[in-house]
Amino acid sequence: MADTTPRAEAVPRARLSPRKRQRISRGIQYAVFAAAVAAVGFGADWASLAEYFADLDVAKEAFPELITVALKNTVIYTLSAYVVGFVLGLVVALMRLSSVAVYRGVALVYIEVFRGLPALVVFLIFGFGLPVAFPGLEFPFEQYGTVAVALGLVAAAYMAETFRAGIQAVPNGQLEAARSLGMPQTRAMVSIIIPQALRVVIPPLTNELILLFKDSSLVFVLGVTSLTTELSKFGGDLAAEHADSTPLVLAGAAYLVITVPLGYVVRRLEAKQRKAR
Amino acid sequence: MSTVSPAAPAVEIVGLRKSFGDLLVLKGIDATVEPGEVVCVIGPSGSGKSTLLRCVNLLEQPDDGKVIVNGVELTDPDVDIDAARRRVGMVFQQFNLFPHLTVLDNLTIAQRKVLRRGKAEADAVAFENLEKVGVADKARVFPAKLSGGQQQRVAIARALSMNPQVMLFDEPTSALDPELVGDVLGVMRKLADEGMTMLVVTHEMQFAREVADKVLFMDGGVVVEEGPAAQVISDPRHERTKTFLRRVLDPTHQDPT
Ligand SMILES: Nc1ncnc2c1ncn2[C@@H]1O[C@H](COP(=O)(O)OP(=O)(O)O)[C@@H](O)[C@H]1O
Ligand SMILES: [Mg+2]
Repeated sequence: MADTTPRAEAVPRARLSPRKRQRISRGIQYAVFAAAVAAVGFGADWASLAEYFADLDVAKEAFPELITVALKNTVIYTLSAYVVGFVLGLVVALMRLSSVAVYRGVALVYIEVFRGLPALVVFLIFGFGLPVAFPGLEFPFEQYGTVAVALGLVAAAYMAETFRAGIQAVPNGQLEAARSLGMPQTRAMVSIIIPQALRVVIPPLTNELILLFKDSSLVFVLGVTSLTTELSKFGGDLAAEHADSTPLVLAGAAYLVITVPLGYVVRRLEAKQRKAR
Repeated sequence: MSTVSPAAPAVEIVGLRKSFGDLLVLKGIDATVEPGEVVCVIGPSGSGKSTLLRCVNLLEQPDDGKVIVNGVELTDPDVDIDAARRRVGMVFQQFNLFPHLTVLDNLTIAQRKVLRRGKAEADAVAFENLEKVGVADKARVFPAKLSGGQQQRVAIARALSMNPQVMLFDEPTSALDPELVGDVLGVMRKLADEGMTMLVVTHEMQFAREVADKVLFMDGGVVVEEGPAAQVISDPRHERTKTFLRRVLDPTHQDPT
């Protein structure tokens, strides 16, 4: 004890303790942030902002079609594409993990192509390339079918990679136990491996749903009518018509009404999985 | 199948060879397990014991040699391997229960999907086997809620539910806390007493001595010594067997160098 005291004295004392230094740096960060908020608050032209972004008369025009047509179509496009992407993604993931080299190759090319292409390009190819290549080609449910397939093809590439990671996260012993009970490979995948993989991939797949909601705005390149319009196009058209951005604000709010709760669900699921581990 | 006489061995391994890449793991193994016999495989870590066991139900594909189970050659490329595996139960060191299924469903899923048994029959068989291993009261819980010893006993019951003719055990007690080992060994001893044909990789020399009819000592991918349990364990002939047993039976003993 006696000989530790002089050594403690010998530790050079910083002019400011780390705690004090941190407090000062934190204070500076807050001050900068407050200054930025103030600059925006005082500098912005609130009167024009209110007129162009929160015009109640224009807002009234947007209803009820914003909900009954635009939001409804956005949800339909997104969910139908999600279903296509989910099923196709699972198939591609299984091909990617197949022992057959040809399947693996096809799956890899598919993933690389559709993950690498901007969704916009896929839509353009679908909208203008396919009708030229296959003149008689028609998707069921008209516009809805085309969107489900085009957007679903893009989603499937991402989902396939997610599924693959989920399947590979299931310990090898699970497949061996299933096979040792006499289950054929397919049965073991369906009853044992995939159910376990799905649990792992639910949070990332819900994230994918959020991304799809936003990507569904690209439908406009296929040309939409007043009946098949969706949130972005609807908001944009109405904004142009009135030379006022209020409909865009409303459309944006409609996206957030869907995506923010989904984000909350993802965080809850992830927290639950962390705890389960 | 019908031409097989009842005296045929339950498991016959002939000239089995297996390598992983450049590593030759099994260098020509010959072994036989007669019906109702318990054969224990002992040997140092890395000697190829697990690989041998996994070749017996073709979880690993042998490079050469034959595996014949109850007269069916599993190494025949045209054999229905899934059908053949149904007759061979396997118990793993890490239990490998299905975590997304309850204990009961762990026992019934293969009965339902593979053997096509009805729900009532599958449940009855499951409960019968859970009783046998002493965990019938846990039928409705998920595996994660069980102790290691309980999980391993469920794993044994799961394999038994398929009515196998041979049971393979790969170090079934090596992942268990010491106080739970006895329960699992007790279940295995009971199985042996009931006449189950068993091929067991284990480090439990006491169990091997008391339960096994025959012990194989493996080292470096070959069977170095085989014989009645008492002889191989208590009176080994080969130097390598002696060294190994000294290490296992008296871990603090230092070999003179
Ligand atoms: N799947 C595998 N790939 C490559 N090497 C393996 C594989 N399985 C086992 N081995 C090697 O084979 C040897 C024997 O392994 P194993 O049969 O597990 O031995 P034991 O069960 O006697 O400890 C070890 O050197 C191990 O590293
Ligand atoms: Mg082993």
